[in-house]
Amino acid sequence: ANDMPLEARRPLFDKILIANRGEIACRVIRTAKKLGIRSVAVYSEADADALHVQMADEAYCIGPAASSESYLRMDKIIDVCRKSGAQAVHPGYGFLSENADFAEQLAQAGIVFIGPPASAIVSMGSKSESKTIMANARVPVVPGYHGPNQDPVFLAEQASRIGYPVLIKAVHGGGGKGMRTVHSPADFADALASAQREASKAFGRTEVLVENWIERPRHVEVQVFADSQGGCVSLWERDCSVQRRNQKIIEEAPAPGLSPELRADLSAKAIAAAKAVGYVGAGTVEFIFDNDTQHFYFMEMNTRLQVEHPVTEMITGLDLVEWQLEVAAGNRLPLTQAAIPLVGHAFEARIYAENPRNGFLPDSGRLLYLSTPTPSTIFAPPVTPRTPTDPDAALMPILSAETTLHVKPSVRLEQGFPEGADIGVFYDPMIAKLVVHARDRPEALRVLRAALEEYRVAGLSTNVAFLRQLAGNDNFIRGEVETGFIQKHFDELFPRVEDPRPEALAQAALFVVLSDLPSVGSSTTPWATMGARRFGGDLSEQVVTLQIHNEDNANSTEATTTPVHVQVLPDGRFNVTVHTPSGTHAFPNTVARLVEHGRVVESTIAGAKTRTTVVRQRAPATSTGTPGSTSAAQRLHVFPGGSSAKHTLVLPAPAWVASLAGDVASAVGRGVLRAPMPSMVVEVKVAPGDRVEPGVAVVVLESMKTETILRAAVSGVVRAVGCAKGEMVEEGRVVVEIAEDDAPEGQ
Amino acid sequence: VRPCRQPVFPPRSSCRRAYHPSVLPSLVSATSPEFVEKSKSMEALVADIDAKAAAARLGGSEKARERMRKAGKKLPRERLALLLDPHTPFLELSQLAAHDVYPESIPGAGIITGIGRISGRECVVVVNDATVKGGSYYPLTVKKHLRAQEIAREHGLPCVYVVESGGAALPHQANVFPDKEHFGRIFYNMAQMSAVGIPQIAIVHGISVAGGAYVPAMADENIIVREQGRIFLAGPPLVKAATGEEVDEETLGGGQMHSSESGVTDHLARDDEHAIAIARGIISDLGKAGGQEVPPPVPPEDPLYPTSELHGIVGTDLRQAFDMRDVIARLVDGSRFREFKKEYGSTIVTGFAHIHGYPVGIVANNGILFSQSALKATHFMQLCSQRQIPLLFLVNVTGYMVGSKAEKGGIAKDGAKMVRAVACADVPKLTVIVGGSYGAGNYGMCGRAYSPRFLWMWPNAKVSVMGPGQLSQVMATVSKDPTKHSSLKDEIEEQSTALYASARLWDDGIIKPTDTRDTVGLALALAARERRTGSGSGKPSTTWDGDGKGFGVFRM
Repeated sequence: ANDMPLEARRPLFDKILIANRGEIACRVIRTAKKLGIRSVAVYSEADADALHVQMADEAYCIGPAASSESYLRMDKIIDVCRKSGAQAVHPGYGFLSENADFAEQLAQAGIVFIGPPASAIVSMGSKSESKTIMANARVPVVPGYHGPNQDPVFLAEQASRIGYPVLIKAVHGGGGKGMRTVHSPADFADALASAQREASKAFGRTEVLVENWIERPRHVEVQVFADSQGGCVSLWERDCSVQRRNQKIIEEAPAPGLSPELRADLSAKAIAAAKAVGYVGAGTVEFIFDNDTQHFYFMEMNTRLQVEHPVTEMITGLDLVEWQLEVAAGNRLPLTQAAIPLVGHAFEARIYAENPRNGFLPDSGRLLYLSTPTPSTIFAPPVTPRTPTDPDAALMPILSAETTLHVKPSVRLEQGFPEGADIGVFYDPMIAKLVVHARDRPEALRVLRAALEEYRVAGLSTNVAFLRQLAGNDNFIRGEVETGFIQKHFDELFPRVEDPRPEALAQAALFVVLSDLPSVGSSTTPWATMGARRFGGDLSEQVVTLQIHNEDNANSTEATTTPVHVQVLPDGRFNVTVHTPSGTHAFPNTVARLVEHGRVVESTIAGAKTRTTVVRQRAPATSTGTPGSTSAAQRLHVFPGGSSAKHTLVLPAPAWVASLAGDVASAVGRGVLRAPMPSMVVEVKVAPGDRVEPGVAVVVLESMKTETILRAAVSGVVRAVGCAKGEMVEEGRVVVEIAEDDAPEGQ
Repeated sequence: VRPCRQPVFPPRSSCRRAYHPSVLPSLVSATSPEFVEKSKSMEALVADIDAKAAAARLGGSEKARERMRKAGKKLPRERLALLLDPHTPFLELSQLAAHDVYPESIPGAGIITGIGRISGRECVVVVNDATVKGGSYYPLTVKKHLRAQEIAREHGLPCVYVVESGGAALPHQANVFPDKEHFGRIFYNMAQMSAVGIPQIAIVHGISVAGGAYVPAMADENIIVREQGRIFLAGPPLVKAATGEEVDEETLGGGQMHSSESGVTDHLARDDEHAIAIARGIISDLGKAGGQEVPPPVPPEDPLYPTSELHGIVGTDLRQAFDMRDVIARLVDGSRFREFKKEYGSTIVTGFAHIHGYPVGIVANNGILFSQSALKATHFMQLCSQRQIPLLFLVNVTGYMVGSKAEKGGIAKDGAKMVRAVACADVPKLTVIVGGSYGAGNYGMCGRAYSPRFLWMWPNAKVSVMGPGQLSQVMATVSKDPTKHSSLKDEIEEQSTALYASARLWDDGIIKPTDTRDTVGLALALAARERRTGSGSGKPSTTWDGDGKGFGVFRM
């Protein structure tokens, strides 16, 4: 496919360093391995056992967990390049991927930055500058003010000129931070101040721009690739409209409902945009696409390989990391525009540690259990390049039935964490990406749904069930995408959470009962091996009390308690009786056993042979001292066989445990403040000896970008402070102890 | 999917046992009309006993149970279930004790006793059933309690007393309090067992007053439930009458007081469940006290033939003969029975087998006992005694042969040899009465008076001084008043039933034919436990026939 003479082709690097972690680091290492390039990983202390460290040929620790102390330390990374002899650095996405300083420093050190020139990063890094450049290059931009005047009154005037609703957006920003939509002039001042505060906190800069706000926008972006010889092609567009909290969760290629002419126009404008800044490497030109007018406007250009690049890879059969390496080595693009295929339809679903039913708030914790669909492919399966015929049609690929029919449905999994890893405590809460490719959109969605049903996580909340719901939503299937999709179809996407079926409860109870079976071979006396044998018609019965933990009422104290009676018959079968509020369900003569290392209950229940996965989550040791808290209880994560449902059941601790915990709590007093979750200490507002009154903030914690303020519950004097600013504290850690004023001494 | 009872041993190849010289053949036709008839009648009897046992297991009235639940208490059987290790058997004793004995219904004699596994160790468990007359002790309650202690002592099993009892039932005090085998014997046993290193643990869930107060007080380690358990020698009314002091129960004998002030109790629990959790902790910390389990020397095997066929083999009509080998074939491992002196004294069957992997010598009746049979049994018991193999008596005997020929042959002398051998064979003995146990046959076949470690009866079993046929003839000759014959005969026949015997603790319970193998297997495992050798000095104590440790654990 490469028409460059062989002798003119420069060799690829022998060794590269990946200045990143997680799935993208693993992704880059895989291509490096494929090409025989040795890979060097860097890692923080928190990532010592991470997958990317295991996969790389060499790995170097570059500092403590905090990104600012490790993955963002350019000096340390350059140092590792020298030590290891890496000739180039792949920055992945995030971290230093769009940092012009880093690109420059690498250049000074004689190391190749696998990315665009620093100048292009700078130009595109500023939203206002980039829009000016684009306007000059005749790329359409959204009407708005992108100038340097940041006077609030002036900005309000500009907003009125542009016309409401308007969007306030931080100039130096991304990821939805520092962004506000304003619907009327009255709200402008407050929204501006708020956006500036957030921008200042996130990026250290407060400059904003004001733009016209499109009511029914779609987010369509074009993957471009440019080489250092002036070649630049489009690898077609992606649609990433469906977002939550202004962040993408599902992406597809090609964008649904686009005419070939529109596609060609988008690609042409994207190529023009890249050329305007002398772009080299992989980049993405993002457009806002107005669903009503079919107009599109330049939004920004991302000067890196993006999270969602695999969907482009799937429809083109290419390896974009390989292309990046070719370009970074100084070679021409491997394919001309006319040869670039567009075959089938691909989706990427991002699996996040977050709680969709709680405003998609990020969650963090340990991957107690992880079971994934079996991927059918590691890289995009190759696709026959187009035969360049008509150069005019280079940007208008024909979706021919002939090529499409060769597409075999495939599932690709990009993940960077094994079971047992801690997610989202220090870094991004994305767990994995599920990528599917099939002949057309409905087929791809079907494959995606099936794959999501097999993706099972316990230990933290994920958006898997939400993604499954989304992939099955009729409006989504019809391709009626827009950025406001989730809000618009909220009720359909969040149906009432169904309580677990009695069969699932019965199997959870059987899991509890079977887990107590003595291990085979521990003792051979009939007193140990005979099972729960009773005589004279008596049957051994255990009562397993299950509380249904419904995400709809996660904070409600009113839990549905379901006693399940499990009788053991002399031959080892079970009579299971489930008492739910709706009635009593009996499952007599049930055969059940544990398989797969005690994680799966295999049973014939109500005539159906089913396999249900149950993951037991033990109570954290530090939380038993919290009276009334269910955290002292064990949890069971139940994945009923043959369905995509996941239920969390609580095994309440006996009453006496809570009673003893109450003693501990009252002995300690209300003056003791504990960290409610694993979090980072943002600020300690008191010191020992300080007087505090009820309601006074004493410590500010941050867990997954969400701040929690711990306030004094009593008046008294601070006796001790158990944490320091910047420290990570585990759940249950005593952060501040206050000596209560009227508490008797010694209490 | 297979049931969860997983065999611990890998299955053995079937050809190995198929050609074993000792495998018993099955000559039973499970479709013959006689078999079907017998099977039906036994099933009906078993169902009747099951129903009676199920009723007894419920304990007292629903009102009494509801009162306990309302007080936040667990019911006696719920306490028991929490105490036992999950997935382990419970060998309950005398479920039908006191059935139809007293004018009022006293299910199970108001007490649950049995052997179960707690924290990996077999223990005797004694649970007062407070739903039955407040857990007070009737004469048979005392007897059942003492029998459980006897089993504990013989097997070296730690005892756990789950206490909630008002003490002796006052109207019955004359039959409860004064005699040797009465209430006081409970504490005597506790002291002696403690002294020979058999731990005594008590959990006080409710009232434990007067004499009853000594159960926790005599225990080596005990637990009381806060604001629920109460221990005092006299309750508030008696205290007021005696000294004029007015005091409430909690102050007088509550858990807080006893745990913090008097030291009568060692552990203060929040509720029943907590108390039981503490008790399980205590059992797991018994160290070397309380003996050690001994695993079976060979892997257990199921019999070749279904145990359900026992119903049709034996039936309920004791006049119908059956071959005891057909019973043995359905009880022993691999149906293998190495018979001893098969051709001699054929009315008794003797031989070696394994049950649940434990070796056992079986003595079983196949008819009336002649001199030859008695001599053969005596010989066999001496073999077992020498080899230290426990004996299992499968009883279906009408007695020793009578008549001049037998007397001339010295049946009295030969029968006495057998009785002497039974009395003195120095091995654990187990008795299962599968048919009749009449007259001197009862002695020769290790009746209750010969202290078998356990004695069980099948639902169809009969025990009396002579068989019904003989009885009629004897009465016809000795009695002048024929009107009394039939009433006396009816009375004796009623008194000979398993139900009548079991209600009066003449056995350790009625067991189903199909439960026999597992029941005996558990008992053999208990019998195999290592006997404690005492202080190690080998010298007997100077104070009593203990093991040289003198006293048990004093409560300080």
